[in-house]
Amino acid sequence: MAKKFLSGNEAFAEGIRLARPQVISAYPITPQTIVVERLSEMVEDGSLKAEFIHVESEHSALSCAMGASAVGARAFTATSSQGLLYMVECLVYASGGRFPIVMMNANRSTALPWNIYGDQRDSIALLDSGWIQSYAENAQEALDLALMSYYIAEHKNVSTPYMANLDGFVLTHTYEVVDVPTQEQADAFLPRFETENKLDFAHPRNLGFSAGPDHNTQFKYKEHLGLLRVREIVNEAEARFAEIFGRRYTGLTENYRTKDADFILVTLGSISGLVREVVDGLREKNIKAGLLRLRYLRPFPDEEIVRALSGAKAAAVLEKDISFGGDGTVYTNVTAALQKAGVRLPVSDYIVGLGGRNISAEEIEQIFEELKRGAVKTVFLGIGGEDA
Amino acid sequence: MIEILWHGRGGQGAFTASRLLGAAYALAENRYALAFPSFGPERRGAPIRAFTKLDDRPIGNRSEVKRADFSIFLDDTLFSKAAYAELKPDGKILLNTKKRYDDRRVVTVDGDGIAAEILKLPITNTIMLGALAGVFDKVSVAHIEEAIRQNMSEKLHGKNIAAVHAAVEAVRKGSVG
Repeated sequence: MAKKFLSGNEAFAEGIRLARPQVISAYPITPQTIVVERLSEMVEDGSLKAEFIHVESEHSALSCAMGASAVGARAFTATSSQGLLYMVECLVYASGGRFPIVMMNANRSTALPWNIYGDQRDSIALLDSGWIQSYAENAQEALDLALMSYYIAEHKNVSTPYMANLDGFVLTHTYEVVDVPTQEQADAFLPRFETENKLDFAHPRNLGFSAGPDHNTQFKYKEHLGLLRVREIVNEAEARFAEIFGRRYTGLTENYRTKDADFILVTLGSISGLVREVVDGLREKNIKAGLLRLRYLRPFPDEEIVRALSGAKAAAVLEKDISFGGDGTVYTNVTAALQKAGVRLPVSDYIVGLGGRNISAEEIEQIFEELKRGAVKTVFLGIGGEDA
Repeated sequence: MIEILWHGRGGQGAFTASRLLGAAYALAENRYALAFPSFGPERRGAPIRAFTKLDDRPIGNRSEVKRADFSIFLDDTLFSKAAYAELKPDGKILLNTKKRYDDRRVVTVDGDGIAAEILKLPITNTIMLGALAGVFDKVSVAHIEEAIRQNMSEKLHGKNIAAVHAAVEAVRKGSVG
């Protein structure tokens, strides 16, 4: 392994290089641009042997990746925000067709008003598209997820596309220390892509077919099962990863000081680092605070959430997302999981960081302070909200 | 945590300096660093900021630096009294200028002079990084050299390393305000 000082985009590009994709098709968009620039440089200088295809739009970028996957090639693309929204039609083709493409999404606000900064509304709006969704906290995890993503997506029990989300700018453009594994380590971790779901003259089969009312539900149920099996394969991938690289991840969620916590913040992505620091500070003042970080939103970590929150007095979700006219979507998912398990505790929803708005340690401390009062409310942090 | 605030104009390399500092600091064992620019569209000549955070444990707070241990100006036209409000109590300002300031919080260096002599270009980012190494003992000149070798293209190594040494010497000799 080599210690390097890389941005989130650069670290992810290193992870993809080590995964040896055979086809990369992409269209540039801020703040994703650097990841495909680096990959194109790697293809140019020969350190990555892949076909790099410049396309005229995101719709074509994913169509192209799907074509590659349909002949059994390992495919990669990357996008962000409006680009992701432009490829929506293809997202469901890729998941319904069970093509295990990996896509990096640099989380960015969606228009209007036009804004290039980070929030997570782009990917969260697409939770129903049938893709696996992970959210990295830092550049090291981004690199590691790039490698693990192919292991998980291509596993024969899963065969589902994988969207690896990195917070725009705060993660994609921030430089930090990253261990870059060797190619030998990466090759020992990641098997070759083998699939029967491909165009093959020796074994002809039908791909991309239609299924009417008689069979459609069966296909959709199988798609659902494929995603549910991700939980088990994530654990398998992480155990294997720890053996080879020495870094151990913790499945769909990460618990930080939740075991005896009275008050737990549930969040995802790069803001988790700041929440962790606030939790440490509160613990020094004998306030039993904890952090539950959602590393994946699909499959949804309902069991893990129930386990982590069932002993707490109150919890809040901190999310860079709002489903207008409803609540934040992460909140809706978290509270549904608790309700299903019969766990009752006050849970509030804090909508933060829209369009890249800064979130301070003091604001997070204040949320913990409000949790002590046990209210249930949906709040646009720094602006206002209503009690439920 | 040590926090550094870089001020420059688009094209002067403030962000590169912030990155080189982070890379240099993190070369030692159990050292962590974050480096990032003020995010957004970039324009040549427009004022920009960059940030470096240094610590001996992983850094969770990715927000911009509000109060700095060192506030470094690559361009003295960006310097004003407002800079003091962004300093920690013992914080220092490092200024590329030919002027002198009667203030122990301000360290001056004629970066433009060193740049003209060694780089033959009006670029002072690695020079101000050297000036920092002259007053801040937690980052070694050897590690700055290594960071330059690892992160800049090869043809820039020699001159920039020489410029770093010249700046260290100038600051230590006491072209101090």
